[in-house]
Amino acid sequence: MGAYRIQGDSGAWEVVIGLEVHAQVISEAKLFSGAPTAFGAEANTQVSLVDAAMPGMLPVLNERCIEQAVRTGLGLKAKINLTSVFERKNYFYADLPPGYQISQYKHPLVGEGTIVLDMPDGSTRSVGIERLHVEQDAGKSMHDQDPRRSFIDLNRAGVALMEIVSKPDLRAPEEAGAYLRKLRSILRYLGTCDGNMEEGSMRCDVNVSVRKPGENFRTRAEIKNVNSVRFVMQAIEHEAQRQVRLYEEGGKVVQETRLYDANKGETRPMRAKEFAHDYRYFPDPDLLPLKLSADYVDAIAATLPELPDEKKERFMRDYGLTAYDAGVLVVERETADYFEIVARGGKGAKGGGRDAKTAANWVITNLFGLLNAKGLSIGQSPISADHLGKLVDLIADDTISGRIAKDVFEIMGETGRDPADIVAEKGLKQITDTGAIEAAIDQVIAANPDKAAEVKAGKDKLLGWFVGQVMKATGGKANPAMLNELLRKKLLG
Amino acid sequence: MTALTDLDMVAAAAGLEKRDFTAVELIQAHLAAAKAARDLNAFIVETPDAALGAAAEADKRRLAGKAIGPLDGIPIAIKDLFCTEGVQTTAGSRILKGFAPAYESTVTANLKRAGAVFVGKTNLDEFAMGSANITSAFGPVKNPWGRGSGKDLVPGGSSGGSAAAVAAGLCLGATGTDTGGSIRQPASFCGIVGLKPTYGRCSRWGIVAFASSLDQAGPMTRTVTDAGLMLSAMAGHDPRDSTSAPLPCPDFAAAAGQPVKGLRIGIPKEYRIDGMPAEIDALWRKAETWFKDQGCEVAEVSLPHTKYALPTYYIVAPAEASSNLARYDGVRYGLRVPGETLDEMYMNTRAEGFGPEVRRRILIGTYVLSAGYYDAYYLKAQQVRALIARDFAQAFERVDAILAPTAPSPAFAIGEKMDDPIAMYLNDVFTVPASLAGLPALSVPAGLSQGGLPLGLQLIGRAFDEETVIRAGAAIERAAEFDSRPSRAGRR
Repeated sequence: MGAYRIQGDSGAWEVVIGLEVHAQVISEAKLFSGAPTAFGAEANTQVSLVDAAMPGMLPVLNERCIEQAVRTGLGLKAKINLTSVFERKNYFYADLPPGYQISQYKHPLVGEGTIVLDMPDGSTRSVGIERLHVEQDAGKSMHDQDPRRSFIDLNRAGVALMEIVSKPDLRAPEEAGAYLRKLRSILRYLGTCDGNMEEGSMRCDVNVSVRKPGENFRTRAEIKNVNSVRFVMQAIEHEAQRQVRLYEEGGKVVQETRLYDANKGETRPMRAKEFAHDYRYFPDPDLLPLKLSADYVDAIAATLPELPDEKKERFMRDYGLTAYDAGVLVVERETADYFEIVARGGKGAKGGGRDAKTAANWVITNLFGLLNAKGLSIGQSPISADHLGKLVDLIADDTISGRIAKDVFEIMGETGRDPADIVAEKGLKQITDTGAIEAAIDQVIAANPDKAAEVKAGKDKLLGWFVGQVMKATGGKANPAMLNELLRKKLLG
Repeated sequence: MTALTDLDMVAAAAGLEKRDFTAVELIQAHLAAAKAARDLNAFIVETPDAALGAAAEADKRRLAGKAIGPLDGIPIAIKDLFCTEGVQTTAGSRILKGFAPAYESTVTANLKRAGAVFVGKTNLDEFAMGSANITSAFGPVKNPWGRGSGKDLVPGGSSGGSAAAVAAGLCLGATGTDTGGSIRQPASFCGIVGLKPTYGRCSRWGIVAFASSLDQAGPMTRTVTDAGLMLSAMAGHDPRDSTSAPLPCPDFAAAAGQPVKGLRIGIPKEYRIDGMPAEIDALWRKAETWFKDQGCEVAEVSLPHTKYALPTYYIVAPAEASSNLARYDGVRYGLRVPGETLDEMYMNTRAEGFGPEVRRRILIGTYVLSAGYYDAYYLKAQQVRALIARDFAQAFERVDAILAPTAPSPAFAIGEKMDDPIAMYLNDVFTVPASLAGLPALSVPAGLSQGGLPLGLQLIGRAFDEETVIRAGAAIERAAEFDSRPSRAGRR
């Protein structure tokens, strides 16, 4: 894959991207209060006295959130800092009741780590993680409900977030997209964040700068709160082009916070007031420094699931899949599990050892096609992995042909039924009885003596016509290989 | 018989137990006294109905043989910094006027559970920021001492209302909070006992925060034993406060009865500051002989970083306060002064809601945390704070308790030191070091000034060793035989 470059009058420009992802931690309760975190509840029904910053209220750390963040750090192959410190980030806003956000600043919970990107051509690329820290979310301000007033919903106030900061290692919008998809995949595997960007449980700030290849970094702009992978990639493209234009015209990029307008396809600066903060960070005196033991971290590490990278490697090694196929199958844990049942014959089934490539093809091509068409997730698939596995078996043992299998698959998609039942009921079993096929061939030859003569005279092309006729006569059930062989024998001797 | 309002808690508990009087009679006497002493302005809110109800409950329990303990039926007052369910809680500020929390602070809930009867909420410096109780939005508190001398005196601060109420016989004890001396200095000014426990001993949950790393609730009483009784009821681990110590609470009152023979008392040489009144120095030296007479060793100790304590405190406390007070923004509760924009509403609300001293400290705190100043001020102050704590730790390798004056002067007149915040801050010069180190410290009345005003001495102990502090404090109490009451010192 060629390097991503923006062509300017003065030559080619390289784009430098770093991402800050805010991932909402999956936990029953908020980071420092016992209030629940469920999405979509009626406004201001999930607010404790602490969340509303009533006088005299104190934060108490929810250990579950820390466990989840440590789990995430381990999943990112990152260093877990056994001592970390919660600090206050001070600023006034109506949806921030205490006037400060409890976050981590100088001493984050998690240090440097790595994410491996799977590029579309099957290659991989390593991107550095700078840090992961834990912090509170703010509430939600609604400015569009009333002409004179703003409304505040504090349900989200105090919910635990992980801010995951990448190093400025990304060089193309595609890479930023791959990074977000991979991060989301890892978080979902770990069960630490649902990665749902539409619901805002994963949000992204994008740092973009451009430079001539080989130069040092130039000034970056930060695009705040971009809420889909597609928009992140678009925003990077627009922002990089804006910066290149600016430089080419002799201007300068200023370090500032910008917003992406997806409708207009442009980034524009936020009002100065919205970001001109001196946050006056200092350690939160209501909370002691967070100290973890190495044993605690090890115990969490011991419960880590197999993550996408390891799974992909195993799929390539054990099933002989291509990097691309393996990469596609491991994006979601449910898909990977589904595939493994299809390939291996299910939990405790004696089957074991179906043809993995055939299984992968059925999942990637046919099943994904079906799910896409119906707008379903793998968990909602009308075809169970067991049934798809049986279908593969029916092909492998010559019960049905590949062609018939596609019809059976379609019926399975509509009905969710066992393929064996469908084959039996519809009489789709392949005809492998030589006599029966021969009889069908003889009938067709007898009905078309002139055409048979032409074939014998050397007109090979008509052979295909005969295959079609016999298939038609057998309702498509004749074993294609046997049919071919017998037909050749009869007509060509 | 002694007037009911002149009893200490131990005597009152004994009277209740012997059925000499009922809890209702006891509270009635105190409610009447509070009503008669309204000129002191010690209370922001009196809660007579709730008090009478609680006293009746206490009597019922006692009749049924189910009295809870020594505090059951005892009238106490609550500093208006403690959130009390359904009862206005203002922190002495306009910005919280009319605010009635839906919850009860841990400390007051503990006291209620012990059967204590609340007379009302006492006046204080706004958000506990002050040393004279003159910054309250509800007006200054008058010291019951020196009444009738023509000049009203301050009760000290910030727990000035609590100190005045205890001294004037409006309750048998009161809660205070101490951030840099706010229990001990007013106790000294009003001739009562004030105990600041170790940081972490009492839960801060439900106490309006001033400076979170320093704030600590404690008892203000007439005797050292009473302070121990009240602390036992107030203290204890609270999982809702992450800085609350998960330690068991000993019987603090019992410590007051233990002999001090063999105890090593330290005299910190750096506390002999220039300009300290001779009478205070003399009292301090007299206390040395009291300890020697009771079989203690007295030795000089050095706390070399003492002179940095006050500047350190006036960086750390305002820094935390500037952040803690950000929540008073007019959005959810308390005062709201509208504006055209959100920022304007903030500015209008906070300008009208906060008094000048609070505004000053918010500005100082904001400044010392600002980018470019943080390292020079806040970070440096934290480093000095660690050195101050180390000074104490080293001293406590050689002695068991440290003896010092509580304040550099007796109570002064309302209106004095008003124009000079620095002079006002100097009131805390002897109390702030123990606050920064998080150590328990007790002020005990030890004598009268030439002008007939009470003077307190302070005992500072090791972390979570309130027992030694109480034990040593009781030794001063015994030796000083301080039985003066403001009534006998010139009440009309």
